[in-house]
Amino acid sequence: MARALKTLGILVALIAVNVLLPKLIPNSYFLRVIMLCGINVILAVSLNLVNGFTGQFSIGHAGFMAIGAYTAAVVTMKVLPGATLAMAAAGVPPIFAHGAALLVATLAGGSLAAVAGLAVGLPSLRLRGDYLAIVTLGFGEIIRVVILNVDAIGGARGLSGVPAYTNFFWVALWVVVVVGVSYNLLASTHGRAMLAIREDEIAAESLGVPTTRYKVLAFVVSAFFAGVAGALYAHYDSYLNPASFTFLRSIEIIAMIVLGGMGSVSGAIMAAVALTVLPEALRGVKEYRMVIYAMLLIVLMITRPSGIMGTRELKLPWFRKKVAA
Amino acid sequence: MNAAGPSLSLDHVSMVFGGLKAVSDLCLDVHPGELVGLIGPNGAGKTTVFNLITGVYTPMSGTIRFGEQVINGCRPHDICGSGIARTFQNTRLFAGLTCLDNVKIAAHQRAHSTYWDGMWATPRSAADERAIDSRARALLETLSLSDVAETRAADLPYGRQRRLEIARALATDPKLLLLDEPAAGMNPQETEALMRLIEEVRLRHHLAVLLIEHDMKVVMTICQRIAVLDYGVKICEGDPDMVRRDPSTIRAYLGEDVA
Repeated sequence: MARALKTLGILVALIAVNVLLPKLIPNSYFLRVIMLCGINVILAVSLNLVNGFTGQFSIGHAGFMAIGAYTAAVVTMKVLPGATLAMAAAGVPPIFAHGAALLVATLAGGSLAAVAGLAVGLPSLRLRGDYLAIVTLGFGEIIRVVILNVDAIGGARGLSGVPAYTNFFWVALWVVVVVGVSYNLLASTHGRAMLAIREDEIAAESLGVPTTRYKVLAFVVSAFFAGVAGALYAHYDSYLNPASFTFLRSIEIIAMIVLGGMGSVSGAIMAAVALTVLPEALRGVKEYRMVIYAMLLIVLMITRPSGIMGTRELKLPWFRKKVAA
Repeated sequence: MNAAGPSLSLDHVSMVFGGLKAVSDLCLDVHPGELVGLIGPNGAGKTTVFNLITGVYTPMSGTIRFGEQVINGCRPHDICGSGIARTFQNTRLFAGLTCLDNVKIAAHQRAHSTYWDGMWATPRSAADERAIDSRARALLETLSLSDVAETRAADLPYGRQRRLEIARALATDPKLLLLDEPAAGMNPQETEALMRLIEEVRLRHHLAVLLIEHDMKVVMTICQRIAVLDYGVKICEGDPDMVRRDPSTIRAYLGEDVA
């Protein structure tokens, strides 16, 4: 009952902010930065499940994002238009019809990404460290090259005309879900099992933690949320291009969790926001933008080698209540 | 003392690394409630025996049984689930986590909730957490580690790290406990306390214990039976008095001339 009330409260709050936000911030460029922050938070917090909690080094997150993005786009463009039109004809307000279509597309994108995560994870998560990194790197590139060569989804031209269904509500909702799931896991025996793998895999195994199973689970859940982020991104920009999902995109997400502090959910959130806002804020200095961006990263890593938060968490009372729920 | 439970039995077990016979044709039984010592010079293969029993290595030949169950070739977490827990020679604590979390992780197999429950913090997951939390705290209490429950394991002094490893092993609810040099690096007082602790937990939890130890005072005082390994071969087995006088044991430790 309390849980249902809380969920309802969060939903109402998100809808309220969704309605108010364009009025409070009329500048659409600022709104865009906020949306990109949200999408990057989903990516960083989901990758943190694998790299931060479980201590495995995956660098193929952009691949899962691409799967989610293209799957969701295909669902709304090719599968669902009929249903959306039918809903409109039946008098359903477009915001609900579009929301429903986006939800279905997002779940589809996330699910296919999760299946890909399972397919990559099962054989490769017996590998450790550098070897796993190479496998996931290869996977990310395979996905991109496949998309590049499938003409039905635009190939190198990209896929344009994806309906722009994503609004603040959906991004914020998924942020709440991925952050909530992360914190819930941390407070559960399953989250601790993941941390145990990070700390000492042999000891974890000898104390009864099925390590391979947990690594695969973390990988699948992480891939799901990466797919969700991809789906939201696809319906925000209305245009997808394989070039958006290169190896560099994966590195960017890794930079976020390293900067935030491997394993820290709050750190990942802060760093994702910081690394989204920073390049935008530096647009004023034109050609020196990326130089300053890179230098700031170096300085941060020298002064705080374990990231903004280390492995610690920001413990807001709100989070504590969520954990206790 | 006569606790019911499965006995461990190694039947002609061998393990070879390259050209090195680390364990060769070893037969060893540990009965329920028994405290058996495993000694031998450095490199005799003692830790390899532990790694074979706990599934870190799969023996090249021979069978390892725990009760009716053949356990060689099983994954370590399954062997842990069947009731064998261990500590490590060089402690392998989850250094970055608190002592409480270290013990809680070991109670993992007692949880009934699924990963899905954990993701959504369902009531089932919460019930699990309450049970695990109270059990872990009780174990820390038993091993007088309650005061450091929220301390990072890495920040504990060495002797208490060893105690924490034992607490963690006990949290898996074992019937057989393998202790790999628990007294290493301890001062005489700590060693004394450790000996009392081993006896105490053995009786309280109805455990069988297999103990690797170099501190002969510990081994001779608390073990009911001792097996001596040298170059992977069991050269002697018997009660402490017999082993102490055994010529081949003396030769293995001190060399030909003394014997």
